[in-house]
Amino acid sequence: MKDTIDNLYRNESRRVLATLIRLLGDFELAEEAMHEAFAAALQQWPSEGVPANPRAWLVSTGRFKAIDQLRRRSRFDASLNLIADELYADTEDNIRDEAIEDDRLRLIFTCCHPSLSADARIALTLREVCDLTTEEIARAFLTTPSTLAQRIVRAKTKIRVANIPYEVPAASDLPARLDSVLQVIYLVFNEGYSATAGESATRDNLVTEAIRLGRLLVELLPEPEALGLLALMQLHAARITTRTDGEGDLVLLEDQDRSRWNHSQIAAASALVTRALHSQRFGPYTLQAAIAAVHAEAPTAADTDWREIVGLYDLLLQTAASPVVELNRAVAVAMRDGAAAGLALVDELLTRGQLEEYHLAHAARADLCRRLGLIPQARAAYQRALDLAGQEPERRFLQRRLAELNG
Amino acid sequence: MKYLCLVYCDENTLHSLPESPADSECMAYAESLANNGQMIAGQALQPVSTATTVRVRNGQMSVTDGPFAETREQLAGFYLVEARDLNEAIRIAAGIPPARVGSIEVRPIRDLQP
Repeated sequence: MKDTIDNLYRNESRRVLATLIRLLGDFELAEEAMHEAFAAALQQWPSEGVPANPRAWLVSTGRFKAIDQLRRRSRFDASLNLIADELYADTEDNIRDEAIEDDRLRLIFTCCHPSLSADARIALTLREVCDLTTEEIARAFLTTPSTLAQRIVRAKTKIRVANIPYEVPAASDLPARLDSVLQVIYLVFNEGYSATAGESATRDNLVTEAIRLGRLLVELLPEPEALGLLALMQLHAARITTRTDGEGDLVLLEDQDRSRWNHSQIAAASALVTRALHSQRFGPYTLQAAIAAVHAEAPTAADTDWREIVGLYDLLLQTAASPVVELNRAVAVAMRDGAAAGLALVDELLTRGQLEEYHLAHAARADLCRRLGLIPQARAAYQRALDLAGQEPERRFLQRRLAELNG
Repeated sequence: MKYLCLVYCDENTLHSLPESPADSECMAYAESLANNGQMIAGQALQPVSTATTVRVRNGQMSVTDGPFAETREQLAGFYLVEARDLNEAIRIAAGIPPARVGSIEVRPIRDLQP
């Protein structure tokens, strides 16, 4: 029985919580009510048996537990009695399954509301939607559990005081509100994927959670950019183990062992990209995923379709122009048209000044100079990149390249 | 002539200094002004942590947390509006014409406790 309930907790606790937040209109009260409902299940089900619809039982029990709680507190604050009366009068209609599916989406959109700071959105989403503990989230983001707990409390206070509604946004607001959700998911993913420090286990956990969130979002709201983001994360994750060697040194895409990539994950992600592109309503996530898919599907580095990649970067520049996208496009142009053409573009970008402090711009310049036999220029650019690079594996990579030039 | 009296305080100490006013005192003062026919409207605000900033640029609305008016922006006006929830208040704010050139800080009203 305990296993049944543990299982149920894992699979249903977020649904039950999401519905209780809607019914009770309060995060804290809903969390308490949910825990009390599961505690009641542990007590009652062994003798009474598992109810026909366990989820509805848990929601209903949680609601009554909350009403009890409000009645107890109303001895100190009479207004709570009124709220308890209203809750009691609430019809069972509100606990139907369709409403419950929407509740999960309501919870995601509320936790990712743009009037909350990015930090608060991430913490709240991981806590409420993913059910990570504050300790787990704190460890992954290299902060203390008390700082993180405080961040979550403040976010919940803002939701209550500013009256952020518990709803799926109207169609007219959806694109902007969805952006805010996608941004949170991608930030969680990147925190795990491009680890700058911290334990690798908690980092992997973030990658897993971000993909799980992306999948949930696609299931609940299959918008093209949601598909695009899920595909993008899957394509990165499919190659995660080949990015570094046994010593933790960087392995370039062209040198990675492609047989060790997760090809079924790549195929699934590519199918998502195709679906998103067909919608004609795709955006930057889908385009980045499409670029990653072209790389992932090439049997060898030499087979990479650079013409296609440059074309996708052109589209990406139209929807989400940035110097970094231009830099990536320049590298692709170098592969398509030769190193000299790429170098001209990189130099033009560097002259504009926005990427002057960006180590990868200098690393790209160094690599192109090296390929053109411009050794002193390559050496100077590698040195500049090395001065700017912060991550140890990247620094070791640049040092290796420098040593090769000197040798 | 009408005047707008803006109240500025350090939120962290607003309610804890020896000289800090109780809500009841503020209500009494508002009532005395009303009796003189001098009160038009007055409200207390929730802390800045509950604020949302709305801007419209190139027809696109942006919503961010916090009261991050740029330092070169000065208070130019106010709207006291009724809205069902924050989302409706944000939509109203985005429609305020100067949202296109400045920023609109949306802050919930705090009811005074008698």
